[in-house]
Amino acid sequence: MTDLLEPRAIGQDLVRRDGELKVRGTATYAYETPVEHPAYAHPVQATIARGRVTAMDTAAAEALDGVLAVLTPFNAERLASTEDAEYAVLQGQDVGFRGQLIGVVVAETSELAREVADGITVRYEEQPHDAELSADRPDLYAPEQVNAGHETDTAEGDVAAAMAAAEMTLERTYSTAMYHNNPLEPHATTALWEPAGDGFLTLWDSTQGVHPDRAAVCQVFGLEQEQVRVVCPYVGGGFGSKGLPHANVMLTALAARALPGRPVKLALTRQQMFFLAGYRTPTIQRMQLAADSRGRLSAIAIDVVEQTSKVKEFAEQTGVPTRMMYASPNRRSTHRLAALDVPIPSWMRAPGECPGMFGPEVAMDELAEELGIDPIELRVRNEPEVDPETGKPWSSRNLVRCLREGAERFGWSGPRAHRDGDWLVGTGVASSVYPTMRQATSTANLRYEDGRYVAEIGAADLGTGAWTILPQITADALGVDVADVDVRIGDTRYPVASVAGGSSGTNTWGSALVVAAREFRTKFGADPRDGDEASGDVDQAGQDDTHAPYAFGAQFVEARVNADTGEVRVPRLLGVFGVGRVINPRTARSQLIGGMTMGLSMALHENSAWDPRVGQVANHDLAEYHITVNADVGEVEAHWIDEHDPYVNAMGSKGIGEIGIVGTAAAVVNAVHAATGVRVRHLPVTLDKLLTALP
Amino acid sequence: MKPFAYARPGDVAEAVRDVAAEPRAVFLAGGTNLVDHLRLGVARPDLVVDVRTLTSREVTDLPDGGLRLGAASTNSQVAADPRVRERWPVLAQALLAGATGQLRNMATTGGNPLQRTRCVYFQDVTTPCNKREPGSGCSAVGGYTRYHAVLGTPGALPDANAPETCIATHPSDMAVALAALDAQVQVLGPAGERTVPFPELHRLPGDDPSRDTVLEHGELITAIDLPALPVGTRSAYRKVRDRASYAFALVSVAAVVTPDGELRLALGGVAHKPWRATRAEEVLRGQQLTEDAVRAAIAAELAAAQPQPGIDSGNGFKIPLVARTVLATVRGLLPEEQS
Ligand SMILES: Cc1cc2nc3c(=O)[nH]c(=O)nc-3n(C[C@H](O)[C@H](O)[C@H](O)COP(=O)(O)OP(=O)(O)OC[C@H]3O[C@@H](n4cnc5c(N)ncnc54)[C@H](O)[C@@H]3O)c2cc1C
Ligand code: SF4
Repeated sequence: MTDLLEPRAIGQDLVRRDGELKVRGTATYAYETPVEHPAYAHPVQATIARGRVTAMDTAAAEALDGVLAVLTPFNAERLASTEDAEYAVLQGQDVGFRGQLIGVVVAETSELAREVADGITVRYEEQPHDAELSADRPDLYAPEQVNAGHETDTAEGDVAAAMAAAEMTLERTYSTAMYHNNPLEPHATTALWEPAGDGFLTLWDSTQGVHPDRAAVCQVFGLEQEQVRVVCPYVGGGFGSKGLPHANVMLTALAARALPGRPVKLALTRQQMFFLAGYRTPTIQRMQLAADSRGRLSAIAIDVVEQTSKVKEFAEQTGVPTRMMYASPNRRSTHRLAALDVPIPSWMRAPGECPGMFGPEVAMDELAEELGIDPIELRVRNEPEVDPETGKPWSSRNLVRCLREGAERFGWSGPRAHRDGDWLVGTGVASSVYPTMRQATSTANLRYEDGRYVAEIGAADLGTGAWTILPQITADALGVDVADVDVRIGDTRYPVASVAGGSSGTNTWGSALVVAAREFRTKFGADPRDGDEASGDVDQAGQDDTHAPYAFGAQFVEARVNADTGEVRVPRLLGVFGVGRVINPRTARSQLIGGMTMGLSMALHENSAWDPRVGQVANHDLAEYHITVNADVGEVEAHWIDEHDPYVNAMGSKGIGEIGIVGTAAAVVNAVHAATGVRVRHLPVTLDKLLTALP
Repeated sequence: MKPFAYARPGDVAEAVRDVAAEPRAVFLAGGTNLVDHLRLGVARPDLVVDVRTLTSREVTDLPDGGLRLGAASTNSQVAADPRVRERWPVLAQALLAGATGQLRNMATTGGNPLQRTRCVYFQDVTTPCNKREPGSGCSAVGGYTRYHAVLGTPGALPDANAPETCIATHPSDMAVALAALDAQVQVLGPAGERTVPFPELHRLPGDDPSRDTVLEHGELITAIDLPALPVGTRSAYRKVRDRASYAFALVSVAAVVTPDGELRLALGGVAHKPWRATRAEEVLRGQQLTEDAVRAAIAAELAAAQPQPGIDSGNGFKIPLVARTVLATVRGLLPEEQS
């Protein structure tokens, strides 16, 4: 139990502190960092999906005026550590996926670098590749663990026996597509090695965490932390794809090392991001539900098949939310992976929960339909009193309140389908969930400077609002006006901070700031002098291990399907969330409706069309990889209930960056089913899947 | 990007001479398609001749009641022109269904019909493509065919390695409307002027998929003429796509119904060229334009359609989708009592 801060600045609808800079275009992003006399790098990528590079003809390129360096596996320096195969750029001739980095050209202009890189002739020894995921591959394997340290498989009771005995059972297979994060700002880096001597490296990198970024670079190049500075005040979105550095960062640092004293810039093109910046694995989810005639679950099981790269394993924790979402005595979850000759999957907004709430939440709708029970009522009947997985009480669980309040606001009662002229209209609902996390490392420093309180912490603001809300937290922890607080973030010169990921940033950095503020007041009282300074670590903040902390939510969708063409429109999305205390309604709403919109995008549009013959995403640019545009988005409403959770942290916050994308796609599918009678179990919901059932 | 020379000659005649004299020269108008291709390496010209300020930006009345669209008039401008909106609404609608406001402000009447296919393999220089690199093969066969052709293709599964194979579609919305309107293309070439009926401007791959149109190297579009339509003619454009805006057509339909019940029909997203549905028009000639008659006519048009298998179940859905979309579009144009 923690004493929650008394909210004064917290809860205020303050405008973004960085908003004006961004609107004016003066906030500098990694690639635009003003540096003197920069050189430009462009990568060379493999055009085979598996094999070996046997030769690269670079002589002509090197001789060209304006070309400064051409690095390949044949001449690049050896890195200190190649332990992480993703980062071992140009360290060997093997090609593990199409698009892999096999060289880099540095030149006086970006145009020249690109033209020269594209013109290098590469000879390969090509081997047959294997790049097609399916649920019946004989080589599926169980990873040691899945992302975020979760167990690969869990089981309690006997699902098979419960399925055999139940009055009602449901067995279905669902699948989600491959998705690419596609933040607006591409992955970009400016790198500068000091000329000779101390070997100091500065990276202006677009990242979700300057310190984790630095740690990875130090390991790869064998440097001490003090030898590297990473700077990143602003990020044009990441959605997980900048949570850990990708190979492009190592390549830029390597390229810059060839030109000490000269800053080198590299920004991935949009097309290159489809090979190098991570993505969400496609998932195949076999669901089993067993219930009595009143809808009480006696079994719930999910068996997940997904892919990883042979180069490096990433196992999305898709089965994890099924473990705790609903009460059932018999439960099972498994994860099996196919290791393929494909790019390396990674984090994408709500890894695990986002794809992992698709199958279960559509299955619940299907079960409700079979039983003739309202889908909200079905969920209410399966509300677990404690966390089914750990047996711990919930820190707070307000799913039912979210469902009920959402139903009220949305106008849920009444028929779920009707026809309006040429349009078939239906409504759907699904639940959302996201674990409340706090990272183990983060330190904040607090100093009194010229009558102002200045907090420093190496946190990141990806557009989420950290610049704005960290001062709010600090102000309340100090008991001062928020206008008297400055917070400095986005630089390894400031104390260590954790990654902006897992919706944990506010919880973690905020906790460190609160500790620092309390420490400051204890040391210096209410009347500090210039230069007074204190620091605080997140691990000094109270931690409750006796409760299961999660945020919950409910999402409602109205879908319209054109009776002639099957085109789907979603005029209304409404979510109600229980996310603890909201620090700033403006930035919070932006996160929630942003997540819901991305969920809509996943439901209707996004699909990295994988071409297994070539070994690449066929539609690898933003004209062909469709992300929901304004015209597709109607009303999007996000509400939250007044939730007081004394167990999570001093702010009472649960994290809001990811829950918005969880459940949306299922709610859309459920609404489209209500409208048309077609249950689309394989995302996205495109018109071709509806055509045959139209009148 | 390969370095190239850039020229802005004094007039169109000079521009034509410059391009004709240099085998690897191209015209540049709004640049919304060409500049992308320069960046991607899909187009690798030695000389780029900018004609945007040389051809006319004007939209002018023709003596017979038609309208002349200067080659440099923009897509936004033509779509907003009150004459176009009133008398050729199918064209205004088609234009507004294309791309985005920003792109339409740049895109031109001359450039739009000459934009290249959006076939993803065409746009990726690392994959074989007969259209981009004659003789290299066609990566689309059995691949990502969602935006590919179902009409005018050689068969169900063409030979991917054959040099003549190409199952790409022409992506322009404007062109589908112009095909239905029997527009006339005014061309200036090294050998002088000529007029090409719009439905004959684009071609099927034949034995040379690298050629999208019948224009010869150095031929410049100077204007496109819209012939007058009988008073009381109704027309509409319906585009079906994967998202509500800023997406190319899966299929599209341009339909023109004259007061005496004649239907002119063109289809987009289904073939290597804007597809004038001449079979359907033939079947309907002299018949009362009823829903049943239209249904039968479009079935006749689609009798030769070939679904292309591929990723995400291929493109077979286009065949019923075309039929449904044609019917819905024509239904909207029929007088109340007939529909
Ligand atoms: C993301 C995106 C989405 C789009 N969506 C759509 C869509 O939904 N529907 C649609 O129809 N279009 C769409 N477009 C395409 C757009 O309409 C075309 O790019 C545009 O119309 C081309 O016109 P332009 O003047 O810019 O041509 P340019 O790019 O300048 O030229 C195109 C071609 O025409 C040639 N050319 C230009 N003018 C002449 C002339 N007068 N005589 C002879 N040759 C000439 C050039 O050499 C070049 O080969 C989209 C484009 C983009 C980038
Ligand atoms: S369909 Fe045509 S454009 Fe596409 S790859 Fe084949 S040849 Fe090239």
